[in-house]
Amino acid sequence: MVQSHHPAPPRAAAPTPAPRPVVSSVTDVEQVAAGGTGHAVHSEGMDGAKSIVRSLEESGVEVIFGLPGGAVLPLYDPMMDSKKIRHILVRHEQGAGHAASGYAHATGRVGVCVATSGPGATNLVTPLADANMDSIPIVAITGQVGAALIGTDAFQEADIVGITLPITKHSFLVTNPADIPRVIAEAFHIASTGRPGPVLIDIAKSAMVAGTTFSWPPELQLPGYHPTTKPHGKQIKEAARLLATARRPVLYVGGGVIRSGAAAELLKLANASGAAVVTTLMARGALPDSHPQNLGMPGMHGTVAAVAALQKCDLLVALGTRFDDRVTGKLSSFAPHATVIHADIDPAEIGKNRTVDVPIVGDLKEVINDLLPELAAEQAQHGKPDLAAWWRQIDDWRDTYPLGFAPTDDGLLSPQHVIKRLGEISGPESIFVSGVGQHQMWASQFIRYERPNSWINSGGLGTMGYSVPAAMGAKVGVPDRTVWSIDGDGCFQMTNQELATCTINEIPIKVAIINNSSLGMVRQWQTLFYESRYSNTDLNTGHGTVRIPDFVKLAEAYGCVGLRCDNEADVDATIKRAMEIDDQAVVVDFTVSRDAMVWPMVAAGVSNDEIQYARGISPAWDRED
Amino acid sequence: MSRHTLSVLVENKPGVLTRVSGLFARRSFNIHSLAVGPTEHPEISRITVVVDVAELPLEQVTKQLNKLVHVLKIVELERDSSVQRELLMVKVRAEGPSRSGVLEVVQLFRARVIDVVPDAVTIEATGGPDKLAALLTALEPFGVREIVQSGTVAIGRGSRSITDRSLERVGRSA
Repeated sequence: MVQSHHPAPPRAAAPTPAPRPVVSSVTDVEQVAAGGTGHAVHSEGMDGAKSIVRSLEESGVEVIFGLPGGAVLPLYDPMMDSKKIRHILVRHEQGAGHAASGYAHATGRVGVCVATSGPGATNLVTPLADANMDSIPIVAITGQVGAALIGTDAFQEADIVGITLPITKHSFLVTNPADIPRVIAEAFHIASTGRPGPVLIDIAKSAMVAGTTFSWPPELQLPGYHPTTKPHGKQIKEAARLLATARRPVLYVGGGVIRSGAAAELLKLANASGAAVVTTLMARGALPDSHPQNLGMPGMHGTVAAVAALQKCDLLVALGTRFDDRVTGKLSSFAPHATVIHADIDPAEIGKNRTVDVPIVGDLKEVINDLLPELAAEQAQHGKPDLAAWWRQIDDWRDTYPLGFAPTDDGLLSPQHVIKRLGEISGPESIFVSGVGQHQMWASQFIRYERPNSWINSGGLGTMGYSVPAAMGAKVGVPDRTVWSIDGDGCFQMTNQELATCTINEIPIKVAIINNSSLGMVRQWQTLFYESRYSNTDLNTGHGTVRIPDFVKLAEAYGCVGLRCDNEADVDATIKRAMEIDDQAVVVDFTVSRDAMVWPMVAAGVSNDEIQYARGISPAWDRED
Repeated sequence: MSRHTLSVLVENKPGVLTRVSGLFARRSFNIHSLAVGPTEHPEISRITVVVDVAELPLEQVTKQLNKLVHVLKIVELERDSSVQRELLMVKVRAEGPSRSGVLEVVQLFRARVIDVVPDAVTIEATGGPDKLAALLTALEPFGVREIVQSGTVAIGRGSRSITDRSLERVGRSA
């Protein structure tokens, strides 16, 4: 960037120094957001590494997932003495990143991970991209080679700030130890406010070993960062008017509702409006599945009722969601008759994919809280709209095309049955964390979610290997809840090394491997779109194969309890057995049929109107029209 | 597609230009020209970006730019209500009789000669893209040896300043 070595221009009439209105107000917010300890610290002398630990403590950090190396060695020394921070040593930095994400997901707090320079830092790239897509607040701290060596291709040097520019909300390179408290406070503020996201802090080793002074709280210097949380009153009024008069309204609910902590408000809005509600993959649990207006998940593998309601609605109220291609299908034919209200904290999401009639920028909680009285006023004036015909149509879709699955042809265990029973036996107070693929879709479809943050998955990036480390992070954050990792045999093989971390650190997660001996979702596409030519999707882990690796033995090697279940009669007993073990991680190898497919399905790039309920079966639309 | 000139006020911090230009690249917006320089305030730099883009994507790129933490303000400068200039330096063959022809073109375009050697002159000119293109066309017959050209810089007409409020945000006194 341009360096400021030009002379200061003469100023005719120097304005009175402004009292930094914006900056000071941001600082106030930060002290709340960072969960500071409240007491001020004035200029204590210490080295940069100690300053990092103190800053993290003052920011309210309780847990760090990380793995040391040369460039973060100075940081690990004072961390050993911290009474407030528990460091959990992972086996791979990717595990640290996903664990931080799972922790953040389950608790709503900022997750923290640490890695060394070079390969340690690049191993965080996937978790950062993942958290960026799903708006998860995490702070990643990486060591960097000494400032004098930066740019020389030094040992274990990687330009991690450059590498992660497009996949972080913001990033910092720190070479001056005096900047440490301010940068860490800014990072937590940015990660947790506005649209949450990952922030990277790359700290040169030379800054960790140099002497500095530590004081807290620092003054934030973020003149360009002002997330809008308060919605515009005029737009709220217009939204209320539309919602009060629509005949076929749908609330299209995304993960933003969960990030904003607005589930209680959403329930009120659903009840007040009488509208149908669809909860996207990132929003499962935002409204209880037991709520009669909840039609379930929309999109590529959504319920027929949810997909159809979006296609036929006259008013689409999009709340904290981004019209992802997996929801809209072919964009030009998505919700063709709908007037669109779109509320989101990120102004760039509004109008990005779909033209919006009523844009509302704001925090969902505030948006809905403002909307409720306006809606009540509209309804008091004009009466509640008659939605009976709309609900008759929706109920017809629900009755005719409920979620279900056919028995397997090969007589092997049905994966959907396993997942359904898992949800029923473990119950809605549990947390379910999935990987990516068929098992993820089934876990979204067949488990009934009754509360927010009970469903954790990698939605936007679709990161295979997310489940085990994220479940570990969730369990650390919410130790009193049962945490199930529902994983695929492919996903599990990408990150299962964190079972060692679970055993050593006494983090008793439960892993259900839905083992179909293949990369199941890819195989499904090969079945449907590549004439059943199964190119490189066979993993040889399941029924009738060499079972490399044997997941039961692998679990035992990691000090976990390993169980196997390969027939329906044993499913309940196996799940109950796993539920009884609470002092050890448990891995259950559910050996299932490889031919089961995820239905309903809208093929990629086609209109949602082309949804197939099962292979070759399309709903007959408009039976009542 | 149409051409838009954006003035982007940013904090003068390392890596800001990379963040801004990287954003254009990954959202697949084509930068026509880009110029960066200091402003009247040492902590603020000003990036002038000229992009070829339709109306809707322009709104999207502006919103995405606004999300960059170091970006303070973005203003689109309309052609009619702003002054837009580029700097051109061109080395032209100018030997014997052709020399006076070159100098005549320089005069016509109100350009300046900034370096003279027996067989060539180097000319400096500022102006909008049309004027500079016309100047180059006029010089072409004499033999253009080398061209260097800056990106567009632009400023709004009238007494209003786009930096005032950003200065307030940075919160530093003069």
